Amino acid sequence: VTAKQPATQPAPLRYRIRHLTVYDYGSEVVHSHQLLQLTPRTIAHQRCLAHSLTVRPQPALRSERIDAFGNRLTRLELDRPHGRLEVDAQMEVELLPRAAAEADDTLPWEQLREALRYSAQPLPAETLEALRFRCESPHVRIKATLAEFATDCFTADRPVLAAAEALMHKIHAEFTYAPGETTIATPLMQLHEERRGVCQDYAHFMISCLRSYGLSARYVSGYLRTEPVCMPADADAAEEDDGKLLGADASHAWVSVYAPPFGWVELDPTNDRLAGVDHVTLAWGRDFGDVSPLRGVILGGRAHQLEVSVKVEPLTS
Amino acid sequence: MADPGGEILAASAAGSVVDEPAEEAPAAPAADPLGTYTGDARRYDELLDRSGSLRPHWEPLIARLAADGPDAAKRGVELARRLVIENGVTYNVYADPQGKDRPWTLDPLPLLISASEWRRIEAGVAQRARLLNALVADLYGPQQMLAEGRIPPELPFGHPNFLWPCHGLKPRGGTWLHVYGVDLARAPDGRWWVLGDRAQTPSGPGYALENRQIVARVYPELIKEMDIRPISGYFTALRENLLGAGAAVPDDGSESPLAVVLTPGPFNETYFEHAYLARQLGLPLVEGHDLTVRADTVFLKTLSGLRRVHAVLRRLDDDFCDPVELRADSTLGVPGLLGAVRAGRVMVANGLGTGVLESAAWLGFMPSAAEALLDESLQLPSVATWWCGEKPALEYVLRHLDRLVIKPTFPNQRFEPVFGRDLSPEARVRLMARLRTRPYAYVAQERLSFSQAPVWRPSATPELAARALGIRVYAVATAAGYAVMPGGMARIASDTAVDVVSTQRGGGSKDIWVLNGSTAVNVDDPHDDEQLARMPVRHDELPSGLVENLFWLGRYAERCEDKTRLLRATFAVRADLQVWDPALDSCHRFGVLDEEEEPVASLFDGEMPLGLPADLKRLAWCAARCRSKLSAEHWRSVSVLQRQLHEAAVVQAEPRETLDRLLLALASFAGFMLDDMTQDDGWRIMILGRSLERMHFLATLLTQVLETEDEPRRGLLDWLLDVGGSTITYRTRYLAAPRLASVIQLLVFDESNPRSLSFHWRAVRKTLVQLAASLGGAVEDVMEDSIHRLSAAGLAPLEDKSDSGLAARRELASALAALELATGKLSDRLGMRHFSHTDLDVKMVAM
Repeated sequence: VTAKQPATQPAPLRYRIRHLTVYDYGSEVVHSHQLLQLTPRTIAHQRCLAHSLTVRPQPALRSERIDAFGNRLTRLELDRPHGRLEVDAQMEVELLPRAAAEADDTLPWEQLREALRYSAQPLPAETLEALRFRCESPHVRIKATLAEFATDCFTADRPVLAAAEALMHKIHAEFTYAPGETTIATPLMQLHEERRGVCQDYAHFMISCLRSYGLSARYVSGYLRTEPVCMPADADAAEEDDGKLLGADASHAWVSVYAPPFGWVELDPTNDRLAGVDHVTLAWGRDFGDVSPLRGVILGGRAHQLEVSVKVEPLTS
Repeated sequence: MADPGGEILAASAAGSVVDEPAEEAPAAPAADPLGTYTGDARRYDELLDRSGSLRPHWEPLIARLAADGPDAAKRGVELARRLVIENGVTYNVYADPQGKDRPWTLDPLPLLISASEWRRIEAGVAQRARLLNALVADLYGPQQMLAEGRIPPELPFGHPNFLWPCHGLKPRGGTWLHVYGVDLARAPDGRWWVLGDRAQTPSGPGYALENRQIVARVYPELIKEMDIRPISGYFTALRENLLGAGAAVPDDGSESPLAVVLTPGPFNETYFEHAYLARQLGLPLVEGHDLTVRADTVFLKTLSGLRRVHAVLRRLDDDFCDPVELRADSTLGVPGLLGAVRAGRVMVANGLGTGVLESAAWLGFMPSAAEALLDESLQLPSVATWWCGEKPALEYVLRHLDRLVIKPTFPNQRFEPVFGRDLSPEARVRLMARLRTRPYAYVAQERLSFSQAPVWRPSATPELAARALGIRVYAVATAAGYAVMPGGMARIASDTAVDVVSTQRGGGSKDIWVLNGSTAVNVDDPHDDEQLARMPVRHDELPSGLVENLFWLGRYAERCEDKTRLLRATFAVRADLQVWDPALDSCHRFGVLDEEEEPVASLFDGEMPLGLPADLKRLAWCAARCRSKLSAEHWRSVSVLQRQLHEAAVVQAEPRETLDRLLLALASFAGFMLDDMTQDDGWRIMILGRSLERMHFLATLLTQVLETEDEPRRGLLDWLLDVGGSTITYRTRYLAAPRLASVIQLLVFDESNPRSLSFHWRAVRKTLVQLAASLGGAVEDVMEDSIHRLSAAGLAPLEDKSDSGLAARRELASALAALELATGKLSDRLGMRHFSHTDLDVKMVAM
């Protein structure tokens, strides 16, 4: 994993992304409910130009809704026996350069922490929104030891974004990128001890540190352009028609911190850089649990094999 | 500010012993039954006023006790104790002889509450239910209370039961809170204070009804004379709520509504109440895997197919209810349930997400919420509560730690409530540091001196003693607003000076009698409390999960009996080595004795996967899951079995004696199966399981014996008859020493021998025909080929000394082996056709 400065092209960048998930079940699945978060968000710096989601076999029911965090959710129900499930998400997005956030101009972190504290006063919508991402959540802990870890980043009166960047550098420096050693069930405090993991671990750890300081931080799920690479543990490289390796790209995760007056600013601790025009946003939430690209419950199936492959391709227009 | 009441409350002094005479308490007027009962200056006394005189509404009760005398009191206490045991009211239903299974105590003396006082409680509780319903609707909707700063956003957002997937959801009729329980205690000033809200799956209404039914038998005249309000209306209203207006039934009357009670299963500490409540309401008790969601519609898997479910009364925590959208690691829930709720196609009571209301931290914010949401002032005060997330509150709490109880804000915190004044200096420093680090995660409450009331103290002659108590009161949503149960459950502290009441910490319960007080006749019929027990569950609503457990109940009952007979017959031939060796070999092959272990020790070895102790445990487990189909006596026979084996194992008793007694207990259990259960299709499947198990065992056993090179000796044939339970039949029929051909004739082909193979295959055939007629489909015939083959095997050549004898024995053995296989196949087929499939699997893609 190599660190790189954010690219600063003025022109919009377009990407074509294909995210293919294939389950091969050991025996037939007779009934299945699936929940997908595979539609890119449309936000200030990102437009979704085209999107398609192909499911094989044909589901009996398919419905869409927007969740509480503004992400698009697709719900599937499959009611015929099937030995294989294929979810093929294809999308084209356009990324614009993000509004610049001057770290030194952000609120000192202590002031922000006070501002987020309950004071029995009416709250502006933006603050109330930020407060959703300030408590413990299933994959995020708030602990004195986590605050201690970050204590040299949170010096007195430091602007919040400067402190968050320092924390990102520290995590990147002290953690080892180690695919396949952790799972979503790895406890956060184990990450703290061993300091090894993949992007979702980096993100959960950084969010935990920020929330342990009483700050608001959220988890962003999406994609990253080819290099630098964040490989998922279980995706095998597979040959695709055009000869390009599938799976060299992968889904990715990073952190967004609430840093007024600039609002939310995204940092990628796995790659030690601010999120830029390489980061395609799918969804955000309190942690991975709110945004997992695909989850489901099946009846039958026994052992299964899973293949996930992601290809992120820049489009030249 | 979170402090609702400045006027609050003297802290209770430690170590006061209430039943010692207080200094100036004058003798009570009806001194006889009261004995040494006295008031306590620091508490409100439910029975006596400040001058020590009886409060008027208790007079008829005390007069009755005085008239009846101490013997009647003793009989009453004893009767209540016995009824509790007989009804199987155990706090945990799992028949574990070692412990957890603790009878739940009931003091038969009711707590009396006067009519005028109850009116205040009733109005306050109904208002609070309305308030909480409005609050939860706001939290999952506009969040106005948060935006206005009336409620700290940390309370919902930090709460593990605030379910973001439920945000924006609008339940049918706007009702989130269908059933509500609230814990109240009376302060020394005589007012009732709220200690906490039970808004998720309030437990206890079933216990309250159980208490009422028992106490009504202890004091049958009194309950009529005193004109006590019946509580059955609550259950009728709940049923109406589930099946009536609230349920998602199409208006065109095309479907009759079906409601179910969803339980996490028999390992839950309040499972008994789930089963009891379901029976009282006449609704099927189901577990998550009994339900399935298809096209946003919830169905119950029943023996006769899928049946649409319109309402679910859940006793499962909300975050466990749907592994697709909520906690992915939940195996107890119903995948897709939330989608069905969102689509308005099922009503779930209480609404998914109401668990967020269960935190002491809310208490202090209720007055302000009542003003904003109801435009009313809150009628029932809450015990003074400080949420430490507010700076001034934290400072107050740190300064007054000695007077306060510190509790966690959120239910998932690993933090037990502590009394500030009980802490050592070091622990105190640690706690203060904790409070400063994560203040919003802690709540402090003023200690409240609970009121006290008389209980029977068990002794040679029962006397009245004072115990602190709190009450739990219930409300249910109706078309006309919330209806409060006139009564409830009083929970008594385990000793006099304790102000923490909980059924989990010992202590006990009481019935609450609310006096009618008006000259008008009771609107509700007091007999309703007893008659409620007769609401029937409809036959076509037999959940497949229950049917599956019944099948295995039949199988394990027979399996335990077979193994017991095998072991008993084997230990009986221990002196005869020529028989002992092959018999022991058979025991090894069935897995009831271990080759490496001394036989008697092995017999009691609970670690052996196929041993008798393990199978008895499985039997108890199946019985627990069929609890709703078993009578109290039947259920008790399960615990008798467990206890017998446990006691025998402890003393390593003489095996034959133990096995003799076990066999009797198993026979009594089986007797209940045959004579005491409703003979519906579920019962037929249970009986089928029993016969299949019997055939499987006997075919295996006979195959083992016939496969050996030599013709079995006479001693072994005696053993075989003993294992087969047919010794007496053989003697009456043949009047001679056993011979192989006639033993086989008796054990395999004799239709009049109820332990023979052919007796059971005929029974199976008959039942399969009945099931096919009732449930549709073809009659299963997978056994027929092997039965035919077996019938064709000749018996005469079996005893030939030549090769033809050996060949005949081998052919018979192989035909028996084929039958054994066929019983397995039939068992699988039945499973595929009639059981719910439980191999649920949760899969998530990480990354």
